[in-house]
Amino acid sequence: MSTDSAESGAETDAEAETQAGQAESGGPPEPQSQRLAKKRARIEADRADAEAEEDTTESTVHLEIFRYDPEVPDKAEPRFDTFYLPYYEGMTVLDALMDARDTYDPTLTFRHSCRQAVCGSDALFVNGSQILGCKTQIADLAEPIRIEPLPHRPVVKDLVVDMEHFYDQMHAVEPYFDPDELPEGNLEEQRQTRENREKIKMSTRCIWCGACMSSCNIAAGDNQYLGPAAINKAYRFYFDEREGDDRARERLEVLEQEHGVWRCQTQFSCTDVCPKDIPLTEHIQEVKREAVKENLKFW
Amino acid sequence: MYEHDVLVVGGGGAGLRAAVAAHEAGADVAIVTKLHPVRSHTGAAEGGVNAALHEEDPWEDHAYDTMKGSDYLADAPAVDIFAREIREEVIQLEHWGMPFSRDEDGTVSQRPFGGLSFPRTAYAGAETGQHMLHSMYEQVVKRGIEVYDEWYVTRLAVTDHDDVEDRVCHGFAAFDIATGEVAGFRARQGVVLATGGAGQVFEHTTNAIANTGDGAAMAYRAGVPLEDMEMIQFHPTTLPSTGVLITEGVRGEGGRLFNANGERFMFEYGYAVDDGELASRDVVSRAELTEVAEGRGVEDDHVYLDMRHLGEERIMDRLENIVHLAQDFEGVDPLEQPMPVKPGAHYTMGGIEINERGETVIEGLYAAGECGCVSMHGANRLGGNSLAELLVFGARAGRAAAGGDLAEAQIPVGPDPDAEREDREWPIEPGELDETDRAVAADGAMVEPEPVIESAVEAERERIDELLASEDGVGQAAIRARIQDAMGEHVNVFREASGIETALREIQRAKEEYADLHVTDKSRTFNTELQHAIETRNLIDVAEAIALGALARDESRGAHWRKAHQEREDDEWLKHTMLSWADGSPEMWYRPNLLASEVQEYEPKERSY
Repeated sequence: MSTDSAESGAETDAEAETQAGQAESGGPPEPQSQRLAKKRARIEADRADAEAEEDTTESTVHLEIFRYDPEVPDKAEPRFDTFYLPYYEGMTVLDALMDARDTYDPTLTFRHSCRQAVCGSDALFVNGSQILGCKTQIADLAEPIRIEPLPHRPVVKDLVVDMEHFYDQMHAVEPYFDPDELPEGNLEEQRQTRENREKIKMSTRCIWCGACMSSCNIAAGDNQYLGPAAINKAYRFYFDEREGDDRARERLEVLEQEHGVWRCQTQFSCTDVCPKDIPLTEHIQEVKREAVKENLKFW
Repeated sequence: MYEHDVLVVGGGGAGLRAAVAAHEAGADVAIVTKLHPVRSHTGAAEGGVNAALHEEDPWEDHAYDTMKGSDYLADAPAVDIFAREIREEVIQLEHWGMPFSRDEDGTVSQRPFGGLSFPRTAYAGAETGQHMLHSMYEQVVKRGIEVYDEWYVTRLAVTDHDDVEDRVCHGFAAFDIATGEVAGFRARQGVVLATGGAGQVFEHTTNAIANTGDGAAMAYRAGVPLEDMEMIQFHPTTLPSTGVLITEGVRGEGGRLFNANGERFMFEYGYAVDDGELASRDVVSRAELTEVAEGRGVEDDHVYLDMRHLGEERIMDRLENIVHLAQDFEGVDPLEQPMPVKPGAHYTMGGIEINERGETVIEGLYAAGECGCVSMHGANRLGGNSLAELLVFGARAGRAAAGGDLAEAQIPVGPDPDAEREDREWPIEPGELDETDRAVAADGAMVEPEPVIESAVEAERERIDELLASEDGVGQAAIRARIQDAMGEHVNVFREASGIETALREIQRAKEEYADLHVTDKSRTFNTELQHAIETRNLIDVAEAIALGALARDESRGAHWRKAHQEREDDEWLKHTMLSWADGSPEMWYRPNLLASEVQEYEPKERSY
């Protein structure tokens, strides 16, 4: 276990609440501030680069893209195709794929829709890491840029993988809000403290892209493992104070099953690749702690 | 053949809400979507959802703001129903677990938004749509509603009666994107179209790649009139390089717009002396482009939106997503620098003609959300009213399709023999090109459900076989780009007749090219080129409808602005433009809009902010 998780493993609920409370009054909570710092550094670096490269002429970007189509004879055996594309400032991996398709090869196939990191369609395996194509800058990648479908998923065609198993795991944790009781009257909302909303905020940001699941060694070896995204989904409800205690216990039972939270070996690969910076490993650890506490009650 | 009581086409907010409502009314309901529901573009909505939740905020005020925002082109019965019913809808969403932002007392937070007389916009950070979409999808999962994801609906199965009001919709043909299988879907009770907007008609848009106006195009070709298609909202704050949306919530929280001279132009140049940045979207978009046109733009292209003075704490609490979007998609840190912004095509106010029950003129065919036009947005939608609309009218369409309880409609649909007709000469022959056209109307030669559906499936198989058999010709990407460029250039925020005519001629060329369409990918497996090719035909018809409406309406109202007619002309134009396909030779006619409901009457006033 890494030092990070050992520390977070020792964190008490009181401390967690203080942290959330601090977030209310002073600056963003930890994962976001790290993320912001990273981005600021990148923007600064980009600016420096842009200044340094001001008079360089038009450049190209070199892509190696995985191709496969079971129906097409020369694509039935997976291969990589090489593309050289004109580069422009701000070009993302998704931009490059769309340019390659619309300019050179209309058969190049990948999922995409919103272009702004919220639909979760375009998780890809690029230069050996799970990323979201639309929010990854070409300038941040070493060339040739190797673009592959998400590992540990059956490939349907080119960069499109079968997501069914991912959806099955998401559905397996009863992923819907289920309160014990609701306020009387159709115009009366449930109350939720700002602290509690803050507590679950990061977990609600999941866009179901599947990057975490694809990066997880445990999920790769155990097809029944719920996986980080599904556990995070359950975390979102478990810690939502609007759900009752009975429901919380039922949720723990689902999470504690043989292929649930205890499978996680805290390798942090899911946390590293999450495009929404959800602290997935920490969330899994927190659920483990809850399970231990719950079990001790009956000891 | 797949069979259900109610089939909902589209898995975004309106589709999910309709499906839940139909399910609650006792129907066996399924959702058929070309994406997976959580990929839908409702997820990209940021700012919030309007509802008069506070005691000191009567719903009538929300209705009034909406009617004023519409520049008096909305229909009063729809506006009143909307403002009244949205309150329970938003609270229900909270009861479904939606993680709204909260006030200190634990109630749902609400913030100011453009054109609203009260801080009425409930929100979840700057990612309200994402949470709404996921919360509603969760309810669909909870109820075990079947979802056919990545199935693309391409043709409605409608009976072949001469008069459109006699026609019945029994289902549709769709293909499974993963395998290429074409199949029939039968709806025993009703089909609800919830396919979203058509922003992909434009080159610079906040809309997803998937927003291609499929439902509007299919309903149009089946005989349902399209209403007010010229009314396209251009959102004033999109990132210049990508069109990514920067929520109005930034201005709602106090963000300011500056020109290149550092002037707060909304006030200093008199565009909106009272509300400034929080004027209605049409007003702000025109102001920005006027600044650019008069040489006060940044890089002759955009203006600045500055929120730094709000402070990091407030920004991270309420607008964090905007920080990420500006950093990821424009390389700007909005905590340190102002954000460059310019108008982008954002919302389709017009659409499939429906009434308050979501009914179209065709029996068994309903529509809801952005693809429909009831009309509650008229000539300009208020921010925060789209997530709200899809709840109210999504629920109503689902309930109506399932035979649930719902009051009689006040708003008429379908042809009107006494209607005023537009008899001008168009610069092109709109509609179908000729017999080589692949527009495909729904034209089963039968009346009984199964033959109608089988005929639609057969016709769709033939069309797909033909597209896949093409050996050379023009690619769909080039045709799509022609449409987007022409519309972006000529049917944008500022419009004039000569430009719109140019756009129509480009649309005509696109149609001719489409007759020569070549699909390179011959595989049946996940053939996105084939899918995009079919979408592109829909874009052509929708673009044409937008341009025809824009040419006909020679006044300026809401989002629609004409250079030679810069005034609103209430004597002439308190009416909807209606476009009927008329078996391939479209006809335009007009229907007066309704300014009185059972509750109140609205008096058109000069609109100032």
